[in-house]
Amino acid sequence: MFPMTVCDLSVKVRQKHIIGPINLTINEGGITVLMGPNGAGKTTLLKALHGIIRLANGQVTFATPAKTAQEQQSFVFQSPIMLRRSVLENLAYPLMINGQDKQSAMERARTWATKIGLSAHMDRPAPFLSGGEKQKIALARALITSPKLLFLDEPSASLDGAATVEIEALLSEAQSTGTTIIMSTHNIGQARRMASSVLFMKDGQIDAHSAANAFFDTPPTQDAQKFIAGDIVI
Amino acid sequence: MNDLWNGIQQAIWLTLTLDADLVEISLRSLRVTLSALFVSCLIALPLAAILAVRRFKYRRLIISTLNALMGLPPVVVGLIVYILLSRSGPFGVLGLLFSTHAMVIAQVIIITPLITSIAHQSLRELWSEYHDLLISMNTSKWQRIKTLLWDGRRALMTASLAGFGRAIGEVGAIMIVGGNIDHATRVLTTAISLETSKGDFALALALGFVLIALALAVNFTTHWLGRTEREGRW
Repeated sequence: MFPMTVCDLSVKVRQKHIIGPINLTINEGGITVLMGPNGAGKTTLLKALHGIIRLANGQVTFATPAKTAQEQQSFVFQSPIMLRRSVLENLAYPLMINGQDKQSAMERARTWATKIGLSAHMDRPAPFLSGGEKQKIALARALITSPKLLFLDEPSASLDGAATVEIEALLSEAQSTGTTIIMSTHNIGQARRMASSVLFMKDGQIDAHSAANAFFDTPPTQDAQKFIAGDIVI
Repeated sequence: MNDLWNGIQQAIWLTLTLDADLVEISLRSLRVTLSALFVSCLIALPLAAILAVRRFKYRRLIISTLNALMGLPPVVVGLIVYILLSRSGPFGVLGLLFSTHAMVIAQVIIITPLITSIAHQSLRELWSEYHDLLISMNTSKWQRIKTLLWDGRRALMTASLAGFGRAIGEVGAIMIVGGNIDHATRVLTTAISLETSKGDFALALALGFVLIALALAVNFTTHWLGRTEREGRW
């Protein structure tokens, strides 16, 4: 599936230029963290890479055919979207739409519900759970199909410390089992803990792209330096 | 006031004694209405889901037309169905005029736009909630429609009940196409109309109370079976 190659990607919404042109290559393995100020285009870039918004220009290509690559990706949204179903049914949903029979899908969902600490809530309607629980379900639902590429849009925004630790543990485990992760975050501490490489965005462009250690030790641009220092980047 | 009191007394008496005519008319009312509702739901609910999920030419026109047809005058529907089913009409050869089949056809025409419009409104909201998730999961159009119909089932039940309410209380169209024939096409509403014209207000009122009770019973039963308005449910 890898490398993922992004060539001259740009996105427009109602004729307004949002991001691009962006050129980028993502190799297999590791966690690429997207950082940048609000409105830099992080969410738009994630959605464009995943193919859920239309590109105004450019293309995203993989080593495998587009359809195969699409089937091996998952996406976790900033505000977790829960189906109006139980926790188990939410977890089993991606397996069932991929043709797995209900019994084995539910069995696997039960294993994951236990893994994320929601075994006591398996039959409760997922939309009525807390924000942290919903985010864990969203992440487990994305990981249950063992994707090769996982996109996350601010996975721990508005979560407390304990929930963030659980989310990060799940991500580290996924990464260690072969899932390549691309995630956006505002949390510099989280980026330091998780990132193997960092993409810094500003005004819809990639301002800097480097290995995480290098990025945090010697920020490659002035804006990146200000951002890491906690200054306001406009 | 006296007529009202007599009506209540007679309604209680007719119900308690299981008056044969009343039972026959009530069962026919239910049979015609539920048959129309069943056929209508088969058309309206998938159509509502397709209109919510798919974008195609004339979609807006179809939605606007369905909304406009919610207020379709039943007498006009009755007249058109009468002309179509009469001996000289295009479907006269089927011999359906003055039968319960003709009444079902008229009711289907009246309630289908109503159920479609209400169902579409609910499914459109559900689709805007699910859109990003289902697109990101690479679901097929059919899977999206199935998911919306299943997860929106309680809202769809309300749409169906609105159709049931309109159909069971309908008199103009079924009077024209059914003919209000005793022991053949007479239903509660046409019987009420007949008794009122004969001046037997007490019996007309009694039939009216039975009609209201029947409508309420179906609504309560459906809500009870659908487990609506319970904590943690939709």
